[in-house]
Amino acid sequence: MKRGIIARSAFLTIVILAALVLLFPFFWMLSSSFKTQVDIISWPPKFLFSPTLQNYQRVFGEQDFLRYFLNSTIIGISSVGVSLVLGLPAAYSIARFSQKRLSVFILVARLMPGISFLMPWYIIFSRLGLMDSYTALILSHMLIALPVVVWIMSSYFASVPREMEESAMVDGATRQRAFMSIILPLSGPGIVTATTLSFIFSWNNFMFSQVLSMERTKTLPIAVYNFVSYAEVDWGAVMAVAVAIMTPAIILTMIFQKYVVKGLTMGAVKG
Amino acid sequence: MIRTGFVERNLRILFPLPAVAFVMVMMLFPVLYTLFLSFTNWNLTSGMPLKWVWLRSYGRVFAEPRFLEALGRTIVFTLSAVTLETFLGTTVALVLNREFAGKGLVKLLLLLPLVATPVAVGIVFNLFYDPTIGLANWVLTSLGLAKSNWVSGASTVLPSLILVDVWQWTPMISLIVLAGLAGLSAEPYESARVDGATEAQILRLITLPMAMPTIITAMTLRTVDGLKTFDIIYAMTGGGPGYASETLNILGYKYSFEYFRMGQSSVVLVVLFLVVLAASLGIMKLRGQSEF
Repeated sequence: MKRGIIARSAFLTIVILAALVLLFPFFWMLSSSFKTQVDIISWPPKFLFSPTLQNYQRVFGEQDFLRYFLNSTIIGISSVGVSLVLGLPAAYSIARFSQKRLSVFILVARLMPGISFLMPWYIIFSRLGLMDSYTALILSHMLIALPVVVWIMSSYFASVPREMEESAMVDGATRQRAFMSIILPLSGPGIVTATTLSFIFSWNNFMFSQVLSMERTKTLPIAVYNFVSYAEVDWGAVMAVAVAIMTPAIILTMIFQKYVVKGLTMGAVKG
Repeated sequence: MIRTGFVERNLRILFPLPAVAFVMVMMLFPVLYTLFLSFTNWNLTSGMPLKWVWLRSYGRVFAEPRFLEALGRTIVFTLSAVTLETFLGTTVALVLNREFAGKGLVKLLLLLPLVATPVAVGIVFNLFYDPTIGLANWVLTSLGLAKSNWVSGASTVLPSLILVDVWQWTPMISLIVLAGLAGLSAEPYESARVDGATEAQILRLITLPMAMPTIITAMTLRTVDGLKTFDIIYAMTGGGPGYASETLNILGYKYSFEYFRMGQSSVVLVVLFLVVLAASLGIMKLRGQSEF
C-alpha cells in the first residue's frame, strides 16, 4: 500500500515537472508580451507586473504586420491546396498499385537539405523575375506540403478496404470515378490530418521565405526575425509578434489534436 | 467511352504523374544542378563564367578548417541532441503509458513545442539566455552559481542550442514511442506476471525490446532533421559568435546567400546530403537488426 503511494507521487511529480518545462517558454513569451520594456529588462526578472497592451497596439497598429499575416495565410493555403490536388491521386496510386519506388522518390525530399534546391531556385527565380512573387513562394512551400500529403495519404488510402471501390467498379464505375465519389468522401480524417500538418509546416517555414521573399511577400517568421536583427531589441513587440505567429498553429492543434498526433507519429510506428 | 478507358488503363501512370513532374522539376533538377555546380568554381558576384574544375572545389573546401569544424559540429550537435531526446522522450513515454485523468491534456502539452514556429522559439530562448536580463542567469545566480554567457559565449553556445532542440523535439520522441507502446500486445505481460516477474524485469526484458523498432525509427526521423537544423541556429546566433555555432547547413547557406560562392556552397551541400543519407541508412540497418 505504501509503495503504491510513493509510486503514485513519483508519477505525479514527473508529469507535473514535464508539463512545467513544456509550458514555461510559452508562459514567459506570453507574459513578456504584456510587459513594458522597462519591466522586461529589469533585474531580477519580474514575475509580477502591471500588464500593458501597448506592445500589441504597436504591432497590430502597423499596416505591414497584417500584410505579413495575410501573406503567410495565402501562401499556406495555396501551397497546401495545390499539394492536395497533386498529392491525393499520387498517394492513391502508391497505395493501390504498391508503387514503392515512387513513394521513396517523393520522400527523398525529406532527406535533402533544403538549400540544395533553394540555391538553384534562387538563381532561376531571379532570372525569371519571380523573386518576391507569390508564385515562387507557393511553389517552394509546396515542396514542404506535398511530401506530407503523399506520406500521410498513402498510408491512409492503404487502410481503406479495396472492396470499397471494387464494388462500385463491378457496378460499372471507372476507377477514377470510384476514387472521386467513394474513396475521397471516406478519407475525411486523413485529409484533415494531411492538411493541418502541412499547413502548420508551411506556416512555420523560415528558410525558403527568407531567401525567396522580400518586402511584398514577406511572411510572419521573416517579420519576427527582422524585428530582432535591429540593434536595440524591442523585446515586448517581438514577444507580441511571436505570440501572434504561434496562436493560429496552436489553435489548429487544439482543434485537430488527435489528427496532428496521428500525422506526426504515422509511419514511425510499426503497423 | 474510349477516352475514359484510356484513363483507366493508364491510371497507375496518370495519377502520380502531376506530383512526379512537380518533384522532378522543383527538386530533382535543382539537386542535380547543385551537384553539377559542386564541380565548378562558380561565383555569382565575380562576373566570371563558371568553369568546370573537377574536384578542385572539393579540395578547396576540405582544406578549410571552417568547413571541417562545421562538419564536426553538425555531428556533435545532432548526436548529443538526439541522444538526450531519445533518453528523455522514451522515459516520459514509459511514465505516461497508463490510463490517468488528464492524459489528453498532457498529450496536448507535448504537441505544443512541435507546432511552435522554430524561429519564434529561438527568439524566446534568446530572451532566456540574455546574459544581463535573461532568466537563465537569474536561475544560475539564485542557485549560487556563476553567470554564463550562453549563446554569446563560444564555448557555451553549442550546449545552449542543443538545449533548445531538446526542449522542442523531445516530445516528438515521446509521442511516437507512446503510439508504439499502445500497439504492443498484452500477452507477454500477462505470462510474465504469472511467472512473477518484477516491474523492472518486465521493462528491461519485454517493453524495451518490443518498443525498440519504434524508438529507432523515431531516432532516425530526429537525426535526419537534427543534421539539417537551420531555423533556431540561424535565428539565435547566425552561426556565431565567430563561427562557433556554424553547422554544415548554416555554412552552406552563408556560402550561397552571403558570399555567393555557389561552387563551394554546393560542395558543402553535397557533403551534408551524404551525411544525412549515411546516418539514415546506418540507423535503419540498426533497426533491421533489432527486429526479432
